[in-house]
Amino acid sequence: MSYELLGITVLWIFLYGYLIVASIDFGAGFFSYYSRITKKRHALHHIIQRYLSPVWEVTNVFLVFFFVGIIGFFPDTAYYYGTALLIPGSISIILLAIRGSYYAFATYGAKDSHIYSLLYGATGLLIPASLTTVLTISEGGYLVVDNGSVTLLYGELFTSPYSWGVVFLAIFSVLFISAAFLTYYADRAKDSQALEIVRRYALSWAFPTIIMAFIVFFLLGQRNPVHFANMMDLWWMFALSLVSFAAAVWLIWKRRFLGVAFIFVMLQFFTAFFAYGASHLPYLLFPYLTIYDGFTNESMAIALIAAFIGGLLMLIPSLYLLMRLFLFDAEYLEGRK
Amino acid sequence: MFGIENDPVLLSRLLTALTLGFHIIFATLGVGVPLMIAIAEWMGIKRNDPHYTLLARRWARGFVVTVAVGVVTGTAIGLQLSLLWPNFMQAAGHTIGLPLFMEIFAFFFEAIFLGIYLYTWDRFKTQMRHFLLIIPVVIGATASAFFITTANAFMNIPQGFDIVNGMITNVSPIEAMFNPATPTKISHVIITCYLTAAFILGTIAAIHLLKGNNHVYHKKALKLTMVSGAVFAIATAVIGDLSGKYLHEYQPEKLAAAEWHFETETHAPLILGGVLTEDNEVKYALEIPYALSILAGGMPDSEVVGLNEFPEDELPPLWVHYAFDMMVFIGMYLAFVSTLFVVMNWKKNWNAFNKPLLIMVAAGGPLSMIAIESGWIFAEVGRQPWIINGIMRVEEGATTSDHVGLMLVLFLILYTILGVTCGAVLRKMFKENPVEHELEKRGMEQPKRVSNE
Repeated sequence: MSYELLGITVLWIFLYGYLIVASIDFGAGFFSYYSRITKKRHALHHIIQRYLSPVWEVTNVFLVFFFVGIIGFFPDTAYYYGTALLIPGSISIILLAIRGSYYAFATYGAKDSHIYSLLYGATGLLIPASLTTVLTISEGGYLVVDNGSVTLLYGELFTSPYSWGVVFLAIFSVLFISAAFLTYYADRAKDSQALEIVRRYALSWAFPTIIMAFIVFFLLGQRNPVHFANMMDLWWMFALSLVSFAAAVWLIWKRRFLGVAFIFVMLQFFTAFFAYGASHLPYLLFPYLTIYDGFTNESMAIALIAAFIGGLLMLIPSLYLLMRLFLFDAEYLEGRK
Repeated sequence: MFGIENDPVLLSRLLTALTLGFHIIFATLGVGVPLMIAIAEWMGIKRNDPHYTLLARRWARGFVVTVAVGVVTGTAIGLQLSLLWPNFMQAAGHTIGLPLFMEIFAFFFEAIFLGIYLYTWDRFKTQMRHFLLIIPVVIGATASAFFITTANAFMNIPQGFDIVNGMITNVSPIEAMFNPATPTKISHVIITCYLTAAFILGTIAAIHLLKGNNHVYHKKALKLTMVSGAVFAIATAVIGDLSGKYLHEYQPEKLAAAEWHFETETHAPLILGGVLTEDNEVKYALEIPYALSILAGGMPDSEVVGLNEFPEDELPPLWVHYAFDMMVFIGMYLAFVSTLFVVMNWKKNWNAFNKPLLIMVAAGGPLSMIAIESGWIFAEVGRQPWIINGIMRVEEGATTSDHVGLMLVLFLILYTILGVTCGAVLRKMFKENPVEHELEKRGMEQPKRVSNE
């Protein structure tokens, strides 16, 4: 494996990690608000708080890893994306800042307010929508590079069906992933009342998600035929994704093995996300930047990979401890600790 | 808007200054407070004194709110660097990508253990086990400061690469990280974070005592913070002296600008305050003979390079002198106040809790934060016109986007709202749950008023 490929794989793993943990968090925010306005809050609030409180900071770090890592491995991305993304990037920062701090204010400040809850719910949908802009732009045709200056074509971005398709796919996926996780979590916590509610959420968001995935798949075919052709070569990965989706929905429907069901959801997104990423290569930004011409020097690459391995050796046991204490400790889950 | 709409360079500088200026308040606390929490919890165990344990507990509770703002503003600056300084980050990615990457690992490590620490106060059989959880938080926090400061050090003394035909080659990431600016810069940043955290927490205790609340809990808090503060302040002074010698050796123009030192000469005086006339004459300043030579080279006859030796378009603005003076003055003040408290407390029949001293301590917290801000302003503006000293000028690093002004306004609003809410939340948290109340609730103290029955 070349360093370029290794580098982008490491980064893609982080982005996948963010996709999962952030989706759980974003969706939970939305469900928390939704249950509040539909007067079902008492049933859901506890389970959501119990999971989110110890892990919210960790979620953010996955994202920071990705964007700091990409500058390290592919410094030229700073030039292209940095210039073009000033406005969408800043909006994402502002939304992330509002979400993170108001979550902490509400939780630790022990103030339960409708506005905090609304902010937390709304940003949960707006952040994925704004972040996916980056993936949309990477398909090409949304920015012009002229004479060393990079400009984003806002008209194109806001009027293209592909760009809106991706936004909706992101939002539906967030809600589906989150509901599937909460179903498992409620089951572990033996909270049958919450379980019924989140299970229904999971089932009702499953089909919009998969339908949107098909729509985006074909919209991409019009948008970037080169990428689409590469995706067709990896058809078997998308097929695996579909099978995992079916298995997950079936298990949730049958109320059986909900942990396994969530693993299938993770597999569904893992296969689709990596198939999308692999077929996107070698382009980081179509058609301007590939992983080969945008790569850092070799000594930095080796240093970053070494740091990454060292970091993982330190992080995996710590994450294991965190999960054991809060995710898989039956007594904690049931609220006895 | 102020006739600067179309200058993305100036606007990018302002927005970066705004984000960093806001972020460092929380980042400084983020590095320093975990150590103070660790000391308090340790004292609680060693002396078997629940007051110290409660101190650690309450500090941790307030700390997590500031951490939240630190995290989100840290995320903001992390992304903003690429958005506002794309060309700089392109060069930085090639050279100092390593410490930037490692900083995230350190923070990740800290975040995981902080989450565990906060939610496991009563989950372990012995308190010692819980104490062990704060150690990775302290290490992670300090390591974050370490890594990110190496990147800043690199901007002052870039090394570990060659430029061939405008391309960066022959990169040695380790050499870039450990450049001559690294040792003094890192030790200065870390120790002043500790110092500031000690004084901010000391201010809180002092204010309670000044308000007439003479509970022994606050006295213990003040003692703990001032003893730590005195140690950190003295260390800060020693490191500050070494920083002066570093500047003399490697960035003489920065030292000369800080000191309004124009002519290269030996026996150079240290200038405090004053104003600069149009012909670069210093007026109304306090001059300490030989002091600059001693700061720079250790001896009165050390030769200190003056500003006249440098091309004018490579000099920083000379108002950095005031930022430098402010930082030094406050540093001295903090050392004086904390040492005075320690001495008075040590003498059995002196009262360290007298009103004037308490007022001086109470002022120390906000002042220490002002010193942090002045220090960073001096460090960054003092490097002008360079973003990477001698390699890339600020205007070469900036974005060309026309929308920076709008973003500046949005972020100004964001930080105002965050700052105000953060303050309000902290106040409310501790007002609604005062120490006395919590001591009673935890059964450490009898209720003051006994009911009639």
